[in-house]
This record gives sequence, structure tokens and C-alpha cells, in this order.
Amino acid sequence: MKLKTALLGAACAMAFAPAAFAERGADGNVNVLYWQAPSTLNPYLSSGTKDVETASLILEGLAGFNEKGEVVARLAESVPTVENGGVAADLTSITWKLQPGLLWSDGTPVTSADAKFTWEYCTHPEGGCAQAARYEGVTAIETPDDLTIVIKFSAPKPNPYTAFVGGTSPILQAAQFANCLGAAASTCTEQNFGPIGTGPFVVTEFKTNDTVSLAANPNYRDPAKPAFATMTVKGGGDAEAAARAVMETGEFDYAWNTQINPELQAAMAGGGKGVFLNGFGTLVERIEMNMTDPSADLPEGERSTTKHPHPILTDIRVRTALSMAIDRQILVDVGYGNAGRPTCNLVPAPEMFASDNTGCLTQDIEGAKALLDEAGWVVGADGIREKDGKKLKLLYQTSTNPVRQDFQALIKGWWNEIGVEVELKNIDASVFFGGDAGSPDTFQKFYADVEMYANNFDGTDPEPYLAQYMCDKIPGPDNQWQGENINRFCDPAYDALVKEMSATAEMGKRAELAKKMNDMLTKDSMVVVPLVDRGRLSAASTTLGGVVLNTWDTELWNAQDWFRIK
Amino acid sequence: MLTYTLRRLLLAIPTLLLISLVIFLLVDLAPGSPASEIPLTVPPEVREKILESLGVNQPIFVRYLLWLKQFFWVEPLNGIDWLFGTNYAEGMQRIISYQTRSPVFPLIGERLPQTLTVIGTAYLVGVLIALPIGIYSAYRQYSLFDQFGTMFAMIGFSVPTFFTGTVFIIVFGVWLGWFPTKYDTTLEVTDWDSFVKQLRQMAMPVMVLGLANAAAISRYMRSSMLENMRQDYVRTARAKGMSERTVVLKHVLRNSMIPVVTIIALGIPSIFGGAIITENLFGVNGIGAALIGAIRGNDLPMVQTLAFIFAILIVTFNLIADVLYGLLDPRIRYD
Repeated sequence: MKLKTALLGAACAMAFAPAAFAERGADGNVNVLYWQAPSTLNPYLSSGTKDVETASLILEGLAGFNEKGEVVARLAESVPTVENGGVAADLTSITWKLQPGLLWSDGTPVTSADAKFTWEYCTHPEGGCAQAARYEGVTAIETPDDLTIVIKFSAPKPNPYTAFVGGTSPILQAAQFANCLGAAASTCTEQNFGPIGTGPFVVTEFKTNDTVSLAANPNYRDPAKPAFATMTVKGGGDAEAAARAVMETGEFDYAWNTQINPELQAAMAGGGKGVFLNGFGTLVERIEMNMTDPSADLPEGERSTTKHPHPILTDIRVRTALSMAIDRQILVDVGYGNAGRPTCNLVPAPEMFASDNTGCLTQDIEGAKALLDEAGWVVGADGIREKDGKKLKLLYQTSTNPVRQDFQALIKGWWNEIGVEVELKNIDASVFFGGDAGSPDTFQKFYADVEMYANNFDGTDPEPYLAQYMCDKIPGPDNQWQGENINRFCDPAYDALVKEMSATAEMGKRAELAKKMNDMLTKDSMVVVPLVDRGRLSAASTTLGGVVLNTWDTELWNAQDWFRIK
Repeated sequence: MLTYTLRRLLLAIPTLLLISLVIFLLVDLAPGSPASEIPLTVPPEVREKILESLGVNQPIFVRYLLWLKQFFWVEPLNGIDWLFGTNYAEGMQRIISYQTRSPVFPLIGERLPQTLTVIGTAYLVGVLIALPIGIYSAYRQYSLFDQFGTMFAMIGFSVPTFFTGTVFIIVFGVWLGWFPTKYDTTLEVTDWDSFVKQLRQMAMPVMVLGLANAAAISRYMRSSMLENMRQDYVRTARAKGMSERTVVLKHVLRNSMIPVVTIIALGIPSIFGGAIITENLFGVNGIGAALIGAIRGNDLPMVQTLAFIFAILIVTFNLIADVLYGLLDPRIRYD
């Protein structure tokens, strides 16, 4: 099915390629549905995908990522590398060259000063910039001439493609945002809702959380693009209604994130008015094991801290048995259909970083039982295993969400089968992910034995993501529970690998290190138990050509190449 | 009557202040945090900075007083500036939505037109259907028509709008293809064609809401009519030889309208409040959709402001209903 869809898409693209050479604006209007409507068009003020992606129609960076995760030039002439001299040999700076003759949609020239301004805008201490991580480690930006941008880093940066690369860090027009620095950012409603950009479209009307009306940018660098004269991005409703509007009624040409249950996917695909597109990025639904004791008997401030190791889960055999009991394919079939696939990896992609770890894919209930027997947990009279008078009982928490509750029920069944008693708990997402240090129910506090959620990393470089599992990033009362090392995993050998990776530039070597770290967290220790690699699922009308689903950048990354199939 | 109205108006001030405090505390102390809207890919230091810039970390009473000042002073001044082109409010901090990082009031203003058109029409349609059904059902109690009216009301009451809405979408949108399933808020009515387009896109949400509204009002109308039909003055009127038409439509109806008018007036604030489910379902994106979006996104200033505006409307329309009551029924005077 997946292959068929891909082939069909490719065939369509081939057959109608000549149409792409049509003149700008020849194909009329295109209707896009983002059921979570965009709230602002300034991606520096919102980290929401819906906002970043819609803004990417208007604002662009020097480069972006293509569907394979490779860096491709957008406003830049070419992508600087160590080989072509664009990146300094010691990895402490990168030099970008703007394409000559670039114009903003208002007709003024794009210069290196705009890039420098954007960096100042986002790193202003009072601005609350949502994408500040993209500029981490940047100490200065030099602009020797109008077209040259030199970014200096505080330390060697093996992955210099963060600032101004991808939809999350586009270049703003300095002239437009000059008065919007710092605390003034939220007073600039007009600018935030109607940024001047270099992308294929310009905003004609913005209705917050409702509709964005766009028109082709008259100064877009390719005179033949975009093929559509106008675009409407509508919001509201839910994923199911969005899928229906493309697949069944044909009112919309493209709908973002139409994540619906597998039966509905199949039923709607039969409508013939559209196709579902799916692609896989780095989002992994996983079970995290708590390596510390969450017992309520411990005094507050010591629960789930490194002072008390977990009485059951510190034994690797128990963790392994829990993972072996899970049938990941059933989870995918129940929850995600085409938009998911089983995985044993924390870093499932890009391909070069993904370990060949498939050991967990087959369920092995008997093996799990044997392993628990070996660990000294014997089945008691009530069918629950016990050891030294202590029952093998786990509290399993996650956020409130129908798919997660299905997963909980299924996994509880399998764990009961191997003699583990499971108590389920689900917490409202706004509390679970809210990070409130005063609440006992946040995922960082982890007052449970195991918990389930999904996480991913921005862009294609897993280094910062893997660095989250270092010993000094363990959440605890001393850092207001703000660490990212949720499992409280701590291994000096792992920390050493993180350090090594941060000083390694050679891609092959980096990939090797990433795989090694991934394996240390998953198959070697089972501290993180990956379940499902969750893809993106969007719907496109059969009359819309040129759509390529990209999971490494914004989904609307190539809207300039979209055209109407006639 | 005037003193009564004035007294009620003055009394409304402490009531509203109390309501504002309760709303603010309820929304604020409810579990959940705007931080949950920030993806996990954002590192903790950046997260902390974002929250700081939103002003989330200030003590609650500081935020309450600031919000009061903004609601009753800064925002009205901004309204004056907007109306008369003055700039009294320059440099004052307005109520800022967490989600959009822009002032709350223009967002509400943007939402109001579609809510008023769609929900208002639905209310009007509901009332226009309900009154005749109620009147005739009561006049011919236990007739086939009355049974049918009762069934209609039962369906309207008991079937939730998310269900009728979805059924309508599948039948009229997907199978028959008569109406669009998504409301286009950018459509401007300029000529006949765009007017027809507007009617078509309003049809489904108006039908869904109209059905629900009509159900309740027709029941009130029917029971009020029934009560009056048995009164002595009706028998007197008939004994005087008046036509049935005059008896029912002039004497009985007028008296029966008193409680119904109150009910209708009390329902008007809900027009401004929008219809959370129906608006979302059809993509009308009015006030109701804004409220649910703000709740989901933990956009506290937006929720607090909207809830308080609803409170003001409800207090106002209660007052209007009471005054109307006095006007309709000469026996009731408040002085």
C-alpha cells in the first residue's frame, strides 16, 4: 500500500511535470486545511508546528531540509561545508553567501544585515524567543558585505546547520521588525500577523486561529513560481473532519496531520478524491523506565530522586522481560495504521543514524517469563510474581489520549500474562507536559514506575537529543524538576560518548557514536523501551500535484512547486 | 421603574467584581500550564524564558489586579482610540493572549461577526419554528400534531449537536454534496452569488442549532399556552362570542408570551457565547471555537476575558428580561 502510494505519487509527478513550467499564478486558488489553526505567523513567537509551517510559506531561511533530511540551499547560493571551505576547518564558524539580487516581497533587497538582525531578535533576553535553541552557541554574526554572513560559534560545532536553516529559523526583515525587539515583541501585532518575507506567498489577510489568505509573491526569485495565484489556509475542527474534507468531499486540496484511526483511514482512502501521504521522522512513542524509587512512603523531595534506586526496575532482567512481552505490531495496527511502524530504536532516523536494532520486534512471552524466573521473581498464589515478600507491581502512567489508553490496556494485558500486576493512570496532557514543579503529575517528576509518551528531535542531528540522557540532566528538586533525563539514567561511559560526539565532525564517526548511544539506552539496558515510530499522515487531493511530504522540515516546504493537475 | 433599574445597575457592579475574581481564580488555579503547549524539543532554558516573557511567573494577585486594570481601563481606552483615532492608551500594556502574543480584544472582535450571523440566525430560526409549534400543540392538545411536536422536541433535546452535526455533514455534505462542510469566514456578501454561497454555508450549522433551540422554546410556549387556556378570562371571552382566532391569538397568546419572552431574552447571551461544539464541527471559528481553543491551549488571559464578557452579558440580559417583564405585564411594577 505504502509503496503503491509512493509509486502513484511519483508517476503523477512525472506525467504532469510539464505543467510545473506554467507561469506564475496560472492555477488559481489552492485550499489547505490546518485543523489546528495558525495563531501567529511569526515562528519566533510560537513553537507550535501549525504556526511554524504556515509561516514557512512566507518566511525562509538560508537553507532547509529536503525529504531525505539533506540540507538544501534556499536563500543561500550553496550549502557551505568543510570541503568547499564554507565551514572553518576548526568548526568554529560557517560562512553563508546570499544569492545576489534577492528581494523581499515589498521590493527591497535582502541583505546580510537582515540575518544579523534576526539573530539579535531571537537572542534578546526579554523576547522569550521560541526558537532560541537554533542559535545556541552562536557568539557573533559578522557581515563583511551585503551578501556574506559569517556565523561564529563559541566552541567547535560539528553540526553548524542550525541558525537560519529550516522552517524554525527563517530570516526576518530588519526594517519591519526593528521596533519589535525584546519585550516589545508582543506589541508588534501587525508585523507578527503579516511578516514580509521571501517565500512563494505573501499574506493578504490573517484571521487568528482561523484563516490565512495568501497570494503569490510578486518578487519571488523564480519568475515561473508559484503556480497558484492564491492560497487559503483554513483552521478549525479535528483530524477526522479534515481528512473528510479532502478525501470525501474534495473541498480542500491538502490537509495537515490527518491522524485518524486505521479503520477510518481505510474507509476514506476508498473515496477516490484524495490520497493519504505518510512519512517517517524521529517521533517515537516509548515507555520510559524509572531508575529511581517513586514510592509514596519516601519523604517529598526524595521520591524519584537518585537517592533511592528503584527496588524492582534496577534489575535489567525485569526491564528486558517487560519489553519482550510487548507485541509492537499489534500496537501499530490498533493505534496508527499506515502512520506508524514498530521500532526498537530511540533514534529511528535519519537512516545513517539508525541502529540495526530489531531484536524487540518479536514478542516472546515465554522468554519474558523465564527471565523473570531467573531474576528470582516467582509466581505467587494469586498469579502475581513476588520476591522477598514484595509483589511485582508497577504503576504505569501516560497522558489522556484515546490511543495511549488503548496502548495501556494492551500492554497491561501482556504484562499480566507474565505475572506483573499493573496499575494504570492517565493524566491530562496539560498537566502531564505542563512542567509545573508544584504538581506531582508531571512527566518530569515521574511519580510512577513506568510512563509512556512520545518525543523527537528538531532537524536531522540527534546530538542534543542523545545528550539529554547525561547524568547532570536528571530532574530533581534542586533544579525545579526541569531536567530532560526522565529515566534518571546515569552512566559515565555514556557521558563520555556524548562528549566525544560533540567534538567529532566526521559524519560517519558521528553516526557510529549515535548508534552506540542509542543501543546503550535501548537494547543494552532497556531503560528506554521504544514502541512505535510515529510518522506524519497528511491528505492531498488527487488534483494537487507536486506535493512531497517532508518530515525534516515544514510540510509546506515546497509549496512553490505545487500545481493543479488538469 | 427607573429607580428600580438604577438600583439593579448599581448592584451589578459588586456582583460582576465578585464574578471576575471567581473566574480569575478558577481559571488560574485549575491544573495545567501554558508550558504544556511548548513541544518537548524546546530545551528547558528556552522554555523558562518563554514563560517569563508571558508573565506567567508573577504572583496571582498581581496578575489579577493588572488584569482588572487592563479590562476596565486600558481596553476601553483602546476602544476609544480605535473609534476616534486618539491615542490615550499609547504605551499601556493590553491583555495579551498567550497563544498569539497579541491583544485579546481585537481577536474577539474578529470572531464576533460570524458568531452573531450563524448563532443569531439559528436562534431566530429556532424561535420562529418553536412559537407556532408551541401554540398549535397547546390549542390541539393530544392531537397528532401535538404528538409530532413532542417527538420533535424530544429529538432536539436528547440528541447532542455533535451527533446531529456529523449526521448532517455525512448526509448533506458527503452523500448529497449540497452544502460545504467547512464555513468560509473570508467570504464577503457583495452580490447575489456570494449571498447564495453564504446561505449554503450557513445552512447546516443553522439547522443543527435551530433544532436544538426550537426544542426547548416550543415546550415552554406549549405549557404556558395550556395554562392560560384554562383560565376564566378565556371562557368569558368565548362566552362573549369572540372568534376562536381572537381568543387564542389575542388573549391567550399575549398572556402566555410573558414567561416565554423572559426565556428568549435570557437565551440571548448564549448567542454571543457561540456554540463551542457546532462552531468547531463546521469550522465557523467564532467565539465558541476561540474559547475552546484557548482552553485547550491553556491561554489563560483569553479564557478569563471571554468568560468575564459572558458574565457581563448574562447579568445585563437578566436585567433586560426583568424590565421587559414589567412592561409586558402591567400588574408587575417594581416601584
